[in-house]
Amino acid sequence: MREPVSIGLPAVPGPDLQELMGAVARGDSDAFAGVYDRVAGPVLGLVRSVLRDPAQAEEVTQEVLVEVWRRAAHFQPEKGSAMAWIMTMAHRRAVDRVRSAQAATDREEKAALLARTPAFDEVTEQVEARLEREQVRRCLRTLTERQRESVTLAYYRGLTYREVAELLALPLGTVKTRLRDGLIRMRDCLGVSA
Amino acid sequence: MTTVDLHTLTGAYAVHALGDDERDAFERHLAVCEPCAQEVRELAATASRLGLAVATTPSPALRERVLEQITTVRQEPPRVPRQGRGAGAVRSGRGLSRFVLAACLAAAVGFGGVAVWQHGEARDAQRRAEQAQDRSERLAEVLASGDARVISNELPGGATATVVVSLEQGRAAFLASDMPPPPEGKVYQLWFDHEGTMRPAGLMDPGARDTAMLMEGPLDGASGMGITVEPPGGSTEPTSEPVAAMPFGV
Repeated sequence: MREPVSIGLPAVPGPDLQELMGAVARGDSDAFAGVYDRVAGPVLGLVRSVLRDPAQAEEVTQEVLVEVWRRAAHFQPEKGSAMAWIMTMAHRRAVDRVRSAQAATDREEKAALLARTPAFDEVTEQVEARLEREQVRRCLRTLTERQRESVTLAYYRGLTYREVAELLALPLGTVKTRLRDGLIRMRDCLGVSA
Repeated sequence: MTTVDLHTLTGAYAVHALGDDERDAFERHLAVCEPCAQEVRELAATASRLGLAVATTPSPALRERVLEQITTVRQEPPRVPRQGRGAGAVRSGRGLSRFVLAACLAAAVGFGGVAVWQHGEARDAQRRAEQAQDRSERLAEVLASGDARVISNELPGGATATVVVSLEQGRAAFLASDMPPPPEGKVYQLWFDHEGTMRPAGLMDPGARDTAMLMEGPLDGASGMGITVEPPGGSTEPTSEPVAAMPFGV
């Protein structure tokens, strides 16, 4: 059954994120505080999911938000939402941190990675966040087990597709395809357009 | 790595799962493959939803630190379009950037060029060059039109088809990447769809995997387009099931 809920961003009163980004690009630091309030929770949650270490996660979150301030003028609304732009930046930063820290992953760590599920249990119980989470969960269930595994390992754990292939003992091409097919299925289920 | 291989990397790229070399190669490909760029944008937006689902509550101290730090950080200026060449995107939300446009045009002009040299004879070549030029210009007008509407679709076999429709110009352009070759001795034919009645709109170059072409004839109220496999020279009405049907949504 399709749920009639359409969830976008956490509902913080006041101007929307796109408008705020425009003001931030013009150097408005009050507007930046508004952006912070809308994105810091998602950014920290995502970065922590990839990095695990809470102190490092806070550090990277701070870097990401400062980068949002610094590069606000480069944000192009016609290329997608501000939230997507910021979350993409956050994921990239978190992944870079993981890869520079960990040149090699040993087998034990791999097993531990496989055993972990995304950190759904650690999130706050804000209504908006919960609805978003339920919707994402529902859509993740529409993926095949293998697609879901590939997508969550790459996204929530920040693994390269080669690492995912190694971990799941699959050919590289298979993982590439699963990542793409899985994300396409998620896109259609969530009704994402860009 | 072939173009087909590159195209399947959209998912891995969107979740930052490529190594440095592959990422660089893929980014070069992205610059000339608007359907891929569109797909990457959509998949990155999708991935960010996965991120929103694990949102958490930051400490108040983090907020203070960030707000304090930005008071000492200089903001980068916006990228300014180079003179004589707009770097902005067209108005439509799903529009094509001028850069991609330029790439499409280069491709279109390139195809014109190939047609010219295959038909060696000078006078013929001259005439074809003029036609190609004319088509290129019209194609450019459609792609650059302020009301350009972009519809992208993935075709069976991994190809991506994009139609750019301009009601203002009354024309449509068709872009495809990674088209599998048509069956031996056949061609792809484009059609305008008028509520199920198909009107011929040109043939794809059977040798080209990537194409940027102006659809033949005016829009004339067409509600969509379709692609079928037809005998050489095309047909007056479709003789096979469409390999793709794309409503314009207008």
